Amino acid sequence: MSNITNQSLSEILESIKSKKISSLELTQAYIKNIENAKKLNAFVTTTFDQALENAKKFDNKPNNEKLLNGIPLAVKDLFCTENVKTTAGSNILNNFVPSYESTVTKNLWNNGAFLLGKLNCDEFAMGSSNETSFFGNVINPIGDHLVPGGSSGGSSSALAADLTPATIGTDTGGSIRQPASFTGTVGLKPTYGLCSRWGIVAFASSLDQAGPMTKTVNDCSIMLEAMSGFDEKDSTSINKKKETYSKNLKDNIKGLKIGIPKEYRVENMPKEIDELWEKGKKILKDLGAQLIDISLPHTKYALPTYYIVAPAEASSNLARYDGVRYGYRSQKGKDLIEMYENTRSEGFGDEVKRRILIGTYVLSSGYYDAYYLKAQKVRQLIKKDFDDSFTKVDAILTPSTPSSAFKIGEKANDPVSMYLNDIFTVPVNLAGLPALSIPAGLDKQGYPLGLQLIGKALDEQKILNIGYAFEKNCGYKNEIKKWWS
Amino acid sequence: MSLDKEKIKHVAKLARISVDEAKVDSLTKDLNSIFKFIEQLNELNTDKVEPLTSILNQSLRSRKDEISDGKIREKILKNSPKKNEEFFVVPKVVE
Repeated sequence: MSNITNQSLSEILESIKSKKISSLELTQAYIKNIENAKKLNAFVTTTFDQALENAKKFDNKPNNEKLLNGIPLAVKDLFCTENVKTTAGSNILNNFVPSYESTVTKNLWNNGAFLLGKLNCDEFAMGSSNETSFFGNVINPIGDHLVPGGSSGGSSSALAADLTPATIGTDTGGSIRQPASFTGTVGLKPTYGLCSRWGIVAFASSLDQAGPMTKTVNDCSIMLEAMSGFDEKDSTSINKKKETYSKNLKDNIKGLKIGIPKEYRVENMPKEIDELWEKGKKILKDLGAQLIDISLPHTKYALPTYYIVAPAEASSNLARYDGVRYGYRSQKGKDLIEMYENTRSEGFGDEVKRRILIGTYVLSSGYYDAYYLKAQKVRQLIKKDFDDSFTKVDAILTPSTPSSAFKIGEKANDPVSMYLNDIFTVPVNLAGLPALSIPAGLDKQGYPLGLQLIGKALDEQKILNIGYAFEKNCGYKNEIKKWWS
Repeated sequence: MSLDKEKIKHVAKLARISVDEAKVDSLTKDLNSIFKFIEQLNELNTDKVEPLTSILNQSLRSRKDEISDGKIREKILKNSPKKNEEFFVVPKVVE
């Protein structure tokens, strides 16, 4: 069973169920992979002893009625885990050990999975390359000089390198879909409100959503089913009946209308991405879907809107890090105010400080109307663009990112060029919609590229079905040489 | 509009972040390029647009005002960088 870790989550679940492999053997195989992959820097914390205990417990009393029985899972270090250090990639939380478990991770454990470790990410999920983490940048298994995307870069790297059978990330402006695209994996940002935000370190509360990152679309449906659900503790959680996405997964997409937005063909976009988009359209058309040209006229304003709304919310959310109740405290400063200022200056990294300052400024007296209120109005227009389009189409197909994985350090000194990487993913967060990134091909350097399927609110099943049909007919294969071990 | 160094220091004060004097120049440059990018929004006329305050088609739920947990002082104090038995400890604020 040396290659068990190459397999998809659904294949592994089958092997556990038929007793071809024990949970303990499976867990040991992942631990071995993780120990051999230190160069990737995907993990902030490992919980091997606890995982081995849990695996043994499962093997002694196997029960295959739940969705994720006997499965070890590593998760982004933005999810609070009871008695396991949770850092959000920040120095300010370097010593934080939550006394509670996030709802989403609790849902996974209640479905039979257990924790393998915590995955590196951009500091407070602010970044598109995993270079803002206090714990150092993560390497993309595709190549030792490439970023894994961000902010869920530890998650994408670990998944692509077979260090976890599936994982979860969070997506505020593309932080699941962009790293999925950069590593040739599947990533879903669910509808705002489908997965509980309770116990997730907050970045921008009106945009943050947790979601699955997996090797296949089927795996994605299993993970979504396990992690989603109403939660009283999240005031914006949607109270609706739980769906069985994996059971309802179908590859028949005949007659579905797929919108192609002309605004997503941006200036200076590499030709290969355009070609890949064409290939995606052809696959869906050949499967009986109907392609419809649509317009989302305010697309170009999504990023500027996002860079008001997200920092504004972040500056409020991150006001809690004061060095008093938890986290890092500076030893410098002669009074309380200086203690706050030094704590926050030493505790936060440059990108986080930049965004707190932007947010504080746009919310400050005299500027609120010009920036924040303006952004809320444009957000309305962006949402309306989607609402109008969804009266005509079932889903929208776009590229996931305007480029493949870029080099470490390439954009680190130019914040705006870094932000532009999220140009195709950010509008979806502003509108609260679900979107799936699926691997679709390679560029001429051999780096993966993804396509994005955007659905109506709560229409996850439909975009999963389209993605499932697409995956079967696309012929994409993620073959990564394990150069690191 | 452009942000000058004084403005940035003022905002940093509001945000309770001390800014290293050596870094003010690069911070000013970065923030100005970001604001230049953000100000594209001024091209749009939004006079008749209602601001979007919630993305959900539901209003916030209310719940009964009941105690659902408690007696967790130890848990709450556990992660504090400085505490005594019952309190968070901060630098002296009154003389």
